Parts: sequence; C-alpha cells; structure tokens
Amino acid sequence: MSYLRTSWYALPNLLRFVLRRLFVGVLLCLGVTLISFILTQVVPGDPVSANLGDRAASDPVIVAVFRERYGLDKPLPEQYALYLQRLVQGDLGESQQTHRPVTTDLGQYLPATIELASAAMILALVFGIALGVIAAIKRDGWPDQLIRIISLAGVSVPTFWLALVTLYVFFFKLGIAPGVGRLNPGGKAPPAITNMFTIDSLLTGQWATFSTAISHIVLPALVLAIYTVGSITRFTRAAMLESLNQDYVRSARAKGLPERTVILRHAMRPALAAIVTVAGMAFGRMLSGTVLVESVFSWPGIGQYAYKSALALDLRAIMGVSLVVAVIYIVVNMAVDLIYALIDPRIRLG
Amino acid sequence: MASVSTKPPLLSIEGLTISLPTAEGQRAEAVRGVDLAIGRGEIVGLAGESGSGKTLTALSVLGLLPGGARPVGRILFEERDLLASGRAARSVRGAEVAMVFQDPMTALHPMLSIGRQMTEHVRFHLRLSQHAADTVAVEMLDRVRIPNPREAMTRYPHQFSGGMRQRIAIASALAAGPKLLIADEPTTALDVTVQAGILRLIEGLRRELQLSVLLITHDLGVMSALADRVYVMYAGRVVERGARADVLAQPRHPYTRGLLDALPHGSPSDHPLRALPGSPPAIGRFPAGCAFHPRCRFAEDICRADVPDLMPVAPGRAIACPIDPLAAVPA
Amino acid sequence: MSESSLSAPELVVLPRRRFLRRSAWTQPLGLVGLALLVAIVLMAVLAPWLSAHGPIEQGARRFMAPSAEHWFGTDQLGRDVFARVIYGARVSLPYALQLVIMASVIGTIAGAIAGYFGGWIDGVIMRAADLVMAFPDIILAMAVVAALGPGLFNAVLAVVVVSWPIYARVVRSMLLTIRDEPYVQSSRLLGVSSARALWVDVRPNVVGPLIVLAALEFGHAVLILAGLSFLGLGAQPPAPEWGSMVSDGSKYFDKWWLSVFPGLAILLVVLAANFVGDTLRDALDPRTAKAFR
Repeated sequence: MSYLRTSWYALPNLLRFVLRRLFVGVLLCLGVTLISFILTQVVPGDPVSANLGDRAASDPVIVAVFRERYGLDKPLPEQYALYLQRLVQGDLGESQQTHRPVTTDLGQYLPATIELASAAMILALVFGIALGVIAAIKRDGWPDQLIRIISLAGVSVPTFWLALVTLYVFFFKLGIAPGVGRLNPGGKAPPAITNMFTIDSLLTGQWATFSTAISHIVLPALVLAIYTVGSITRFTRAAMLESLNQDYVRSARAKGLPERTVILRHAMRPALAAIVTVAGMAFGRMLSGTVLVESVFSWPGIGQYAYKSALALDLRAIMGVSLVVAVIYIVVNMAVDLIYALIDPRIRLG
Repeated sequence: MASVSTKPPLLSIEGLTISLPTAEGQRAEAVRGVDLAIGRGEIVGLAGESGSGKTLTALSVLGLLPGGARPVGRILFEERDLLASGRAARSVRGAEVAMVFQDPMTALHPMLSIGRQMTEHVRFHLRLSQHAADTVAVEMLDRVRIPNPREAMTRYPHQFSGGMRQRIAIASALAAGPKLLIADEPTTALDVTVQAGILRLIEGLRRELQLSVLLITHDLGVMSALADRVYVMYAGRVVERGARADVLAQPRHPYTRGLLDALPHGSPSDHPLRALPGSPPAIGRFPAGCAFHPRCRFAEDICRADVPDLMPVAPGRAIACPIDPLAAVPA
Repeated sequence: MSESSLSAPELVVLPRRRFLRRSAWTQPLGLVGLALLVAIVLMAVLAPWLSAHGPIEQGARRFMAPSAEHWFGTDQLGRDVFARVIYGARVSLPYALQLVIMASVIGTIAGAIAGYFGGWIDGVIMRAADLVMAFPDIILAMAVVAALGPGLFNAVLAVVVVSWPIYARVVRSMLLTIRDEPYVQSSRLLGVSSARALWVDVRPNVVGPLIVLAALEFGHAVLILAGLSFLGLGAQPPAPEWGSMVSDGSKYFDKWWLSVFPGLAILLVVLAANFVGDTLRDALDPRTAKAFR
C-alpha cells in the first residue's frame, strides 16, 4: 500500500492529474450506465411492453425470446452485468421505431448533431466572451446594463419558439435564410468522411456544397447558441471582474503596458481558463438543446431522433441517445480539464 | 558643484489633493494638499497608518488611482506635469517610474512565466527584440540575486518563495530602467528574516543604478533602515518632514512621537512602550482643525479650531503643529 | 482597478451575514421583473374575467388573424388564442412551482445530509449529483416520460430527477462555509449540539440563497416544461399549455399568431423570473454568490 502511494507521488504532476481525471471519468460513465439500466429495465413495471411496445408484447413467442435474451428472469445485479456486457459490445438494443439497432441509428445521426453543436459552441464562445469582456470593462455603464439584459434574454427565450420565429422571419418572410435541413432539397451530400457536411465538403474541395452547408447551419446554430451565449457572457463578466481586481493586473498596469495588453493578456488568461471549464459544462446542455432545435429545423441528428423516439415511446432509442450524450459530456469535460491543466502552470508543473 | 537643493528634484508633488466618491454619493478628500519632493538617487520615506493617504499619493504618480478618485494639484516628474497630460503620465509609467507592491504572492501573474513578466514591458518601452530584452532581464535577475537567472526565466511564480518573488518583482520593475521606484510596503508581507535582505537589496540598487526610491511604509523600523528623508502623513496631510536621523531622533510632531513611542526600542527601561490611543479616522470623517487632536496628549483649543500649516522649524525640517512638543514634554 | 491597495473601511463583524443588501429593492431590473411576475399571477387568477372566451371553447371561425374581436386570432379549432394564452398561465405556473418546490426540498435534504454527515455519505450523495448533472436534462426527462407515460405531472417528476442536484450543491457548500464561521464555532464551544446549531445558526443563512436559487430555477422550470410539452411529452390536448400551443402553431407555418403569442408568454414569465433572480443574486454576499456558479 505504502509502496503504491510512494510510486503514485513519484509520477509527474500532470500525469497524476490525467490519471485521476480518467479514473473519475470512467466511474462517471459506469454510473451513467447504471442510471440508464434502471430507467430501461427496472422502472417500467413491465419491461417487455416498455421495450417492445404493446403489440409485440402480446405475442408470447417474442416475449419469451426477449426475456431470454435480456435475462429478465435473473436477479437485478446479474441483469446489470449482462446489460453492461451488451453495452461494451455496442449493443444498445433495437429501436422499435426504425427496427434497426440503436447503435446503427446513432452512428448515422450523431455526426450531424456534433456538427451543429460545435458550430453553435464556437458562436457562443465568440459572442459570449466578447460581450462578457465588454461588460466587465464598462462595469455598471450602459453597455454593461444592455449586455446584462441581452444575456438574461438569451437564457430566457424558449429555444423551440425562437427557432420557429427566426425560420418564419428569415426564411418565410425575408427569404434570406435557406429552408430546413442540412442541404437544399435534392442536394447531394459530399463524400462521407466525417459525415459532417461542412468539413467533408471542405476536405474534398466541393465549394458549392460547402457554402450551401454553411448557409444551412448558420440559423440553427445561432438559435442553439443563444442560451449558451447568455450563460457564457455572464460567467465571462464575473471572471473578468474578479481577474481585473487582482494585484497582478495592477502590476501589469504599473509596468505601463498598454491597456489592451493588460486586458487581453493579463486579465483574460486566468478568466479564459475558467471559461473553458464552464464551456465544457455548457456543451452538455447544448447537446440536449439540439432536441428542440433539430425538430424545428428538420436537422437529421440525434436530437430529432430522440424526439421521434420519444413520441413513439421508444425507450431504448431515447436511452441510447442520453447514454451517448452523457458519455460525450463526460469526455468533453475531461478534455476541458486537461486543457485547463495545460494552460495553468500551477497544475502542469505542480 | 551645484548643491542638491539648487538642482530641481526628480519628482515634485505640489498641493496634491485627491477626493474619493463616498457611499452616500458625495466626495471626500483623502489626500489634502500634499507637497513632496524626491531628489535624484534619494530614498524618501512616506510613513503613516492605513487611511493616511500615503498609498493614494503614490498611486497618483503612476496614474493608477482607483476609479472615481479625482486628483488636483501638480505632479512634476522632470518638469513634466503628470496630472495635466495623460500622455506624459502614460509615457512615464513603467518606463521612468516603476512600482512594487506589498504582497509578492499576488503581485506576479500566476500563469505567465517569469521571463514573460520580466521582458514584456522592457520590449514595449525600450523597443527591444525579445533576445535583447532577455539579456536585460537575466542581468537584472542576477543583480537581485536570483540564483540561476537564465533558468529562472522559464519558471513560474509559484515555484519561488515569497522573498524570491519580491526580488523578482523588484527586478521586473527595474528592468525597463526607471529613475524612480515606488515601493509600497515592500517588506510587510514577508518574514522578518527575509525583510532585511530586501531592504539591503533596495539600498544596494539605489547606489548601483542611481535610483530614487519612494518608500511607503507604516513601519518606522523599515524607514530608519533605508530612508534619507522622511515624510509623515496623517489624515491626508503631511504633518512632519525632515532628514531621517533628525525626525527619528527628535520627533517634533506629537503624532510622529506617538508612532515612535509605540515602537520597541533597544533599552526598554528609559523608553516605556506606549501605544497611541484611539485609531486613525476613516476617510470622510477627518476631525476638524488638526485631524490628530482627538488622539493628542497636548491638544489645546487652537488645535480644534484651526488647521495647522506645515511650518519650517529648521533647515529641511517642517512640522504642522502649533505647539512645540519638545518644549511641552518634560524629558 | 487598484481598490485593494486602499485601506478597507473598518470591518464590522456582523453576527449573521445579512442575506440581501437593501439596494436590491431599488434595482430597476428587479422591480420590472417583480411587477411582471405579479401581473402574470394576477392574469392567471383573473383569467375568467379577462377573457371573453373560454380556453377550449370552439366558437369562432378557424385561423382568424388577430382582430379587435380576437386579439391574438383563433386557432385550428376556432379557439380564441388570447383566452388560451391567458389560461395557459394557470397551467404553466402551478406546475413550474410544484417542480421547483419538489426539487428544492429533495435537493436541500440531500445537500444538508451530505454537508452535515460528510465522509462517505457526502461522497455518495455528491457523486450521484454529479452523475445526474452529466445527463442531458431534456433527454433524460424524455426518457423518464417515455417510461412513465406522457403527461405534465410525469414531466414534472422527470425534471425533478434532473434538477435536485443544483440545490444540493448550494446547500452543501453553504453549510460547509457557515460551519466554520466563528459564531457557529462559538455556539458549538458553548455546548450547543451540532444538530441544534445547524437549525439555529445555519438555517437562516441558507434560506436566503435558496430563495434566490429557486427564483432562478423557476424560469428554467417553465422553459423545460414548455419544451417537453412542445415535444408532445408534457401537457396533453386540449389543455391550453404554452409549449404545446407553439407546437400546434408550428404545423401551420403561415399562421404566425398561433405560436408567436404563447411563445412570448413563456419568454415574459422566464425573463421576469430571471430579472428577479439575477437581481437577488447580485445582492447576495459575494462569497455566497460563488456557490451558484
């Protein structure tokens, strides 16, 4: 034991940090599967009808096969072990709506969502940080007040409604924005590399497709970003105010550095580290926001898939989506912590 | 040879008054008509309790007053009025006047390397290449006795002790070659054993670099180790000034005397330790007349009525007190 | 700025942290929010007197554009949209309130237990909180609804599952900071039992922040319930619920009034709650406010 402890502390600081973080990440993932197991196998009074639907549940042969396959007659811990085993093999069960394995469905829809959420995250970071920094510099002045109202409006507006209104105004009335979907009707998808159309068309040099794909992603990404813009703005403002109040910022001013350098280099850096962490958490919320945005913009991602599955009460498919989103969230936050460790020399060097 | 007195001082503060906004929406004067001069190569001590306005006075030289503070008067640095021209203030700040602060644990940026913090302003003010600035920085780190200065440039503040960090902060302040260093309580946050080293360092740098130093402290012990001349401030005013030896050996203002009596001395028998009664007034609540009168053992009616002027009592010596306590106090 | 270099005004050690600065009540944003909330609650209470029509009354022609007779127009079944929006407050507000109360009670108990007992109990509870927070809230709520069946109350239960951790975190962190305050320590030294100290010394300090958090979360509750209803998983027809009204409107794209007005109603309620919550949060002691991040 003590040997283990000594050799643990002999590891470089950064490695120790990474290992600890990985361990927590794996634990969280396990926990997520447990919740997912409870919701799909335990909570529904009759897992057979919950998973197969009433029609299939009335067929004794199907029910018997199902019970056998999922070991429903076995005690719960054993069921969970079986569940985990199937999970590791990539088996999330079959969607009763598409009659395909949930894993296959997810593989098909995930790239569109990742593309949309990433575009929205970039927008949210750019606008959120810019607004937050301005608000902090102009503290209590009119720009600060205005930005405060903007950011509160951002976290208050119902996403699905904003999606409809913007679509109505920019597509239906003004004709500026293209319609719903990822490409124009009948448009041909670029060769599949990542299945994110903007990236694939860029990689293969299909400029026309690229510009269509971009024009289609702007509106849904903006709508999806609004909530996160609000929260990142608020957080950036708070982090910047704290940072601007630090002695080291006063030192930088006393050294006669231009105000721009003082703010962008000295005050921003610690604030950015904190913002990155918050952005990681916001990414999870953004992924779940895709449900509402994708269903309005007919964006063929996992959000829309979850929506259609929920309407059909297709529990396996929804749980598949939430499992994937939760795991993405955990992985993103792990990555964010690592970035933080790399930015902050106090963690990197110990 | 021209004597020191005929040469214009490096920095001359004339009639400086600084007002601050109060919570009630009014303005209160925190610094009231301060005159102060620093010659080339001179170390001037500015003493006083917290709230006396000594730090505000220093910050106004750099144009770093907190938001809402309004300075009036003249701050002449080599004949340029820093209060009159924002451009003059900016061109002086960091390049010709540098400052080190009280707490070295927070004064350095935790996420920037020492090298970055040593060179960024050097490059900006002196228009040097990174390489040339590095050379200057390493030399300066060596001068403040940081071991392995070249290697230290790649490290980060948290890897150094408090005393080392203060040396680095001083080196960084001096790297751009300023003529005046403002040191605000540079040793207060440090261990007693480390303090002496920092004070010796400042003294040495003054000689080597022909540096002028404005040393702000509430600690008259620190003052006595370093300063050539001393200003004592109370409630926003200078109440006594003079050569260090004179002021410390023969304080003429009751406040200075009170401060000294509160200091432990070598021989306790002939100098009983005596604490100053009461506490310094808060900004905006300065008493009328001589602000010190409620705490003064010698206060008379005139003290409550009139604000005493700073009157010369000997060459280079002035006090703001209508009563000469030397005569009033039995020895 | 360099305020830290100034001498701080003398600090008076208050026996208890005052939870709000008085200035909270003079902030225009907070007052606007409060006025809006009061107006909306009145609107819900007085709905039958404010509207000439009932919320499910199908008296008029279908798809009438807004007019003097039907301020917000009529919908696909010839119902008055204005009446439905007004009555909608009677659906959204109580359910959101129910949600906030349930989540805050569960979260407070969990946080108090975690903070009070510490050790492995704390570890288990807070890891569970982390876990739930890792799940995407709407999607997990969708799964819960899919397991329990659609309906607003099931939606409320589903959202409670995902929203208790924030209260638990705040209560726990308040508990941990307050536990070390000198006045709590001193009553401990005087032999007050720790359970009693928790009740007498700690409770008043936790209630304030909890109210602020609840105000902030109320807006979120309205949003997420409306979202679930928009997806068809919350309120079921013919209930006049704002989210499902927006959803109905989305099927008749050119009849903008069907979705614009109920959506605006959601926006106003949530904005009002956030104005109030945000103002209160600003008025909190900065150390307390930190726990909210």
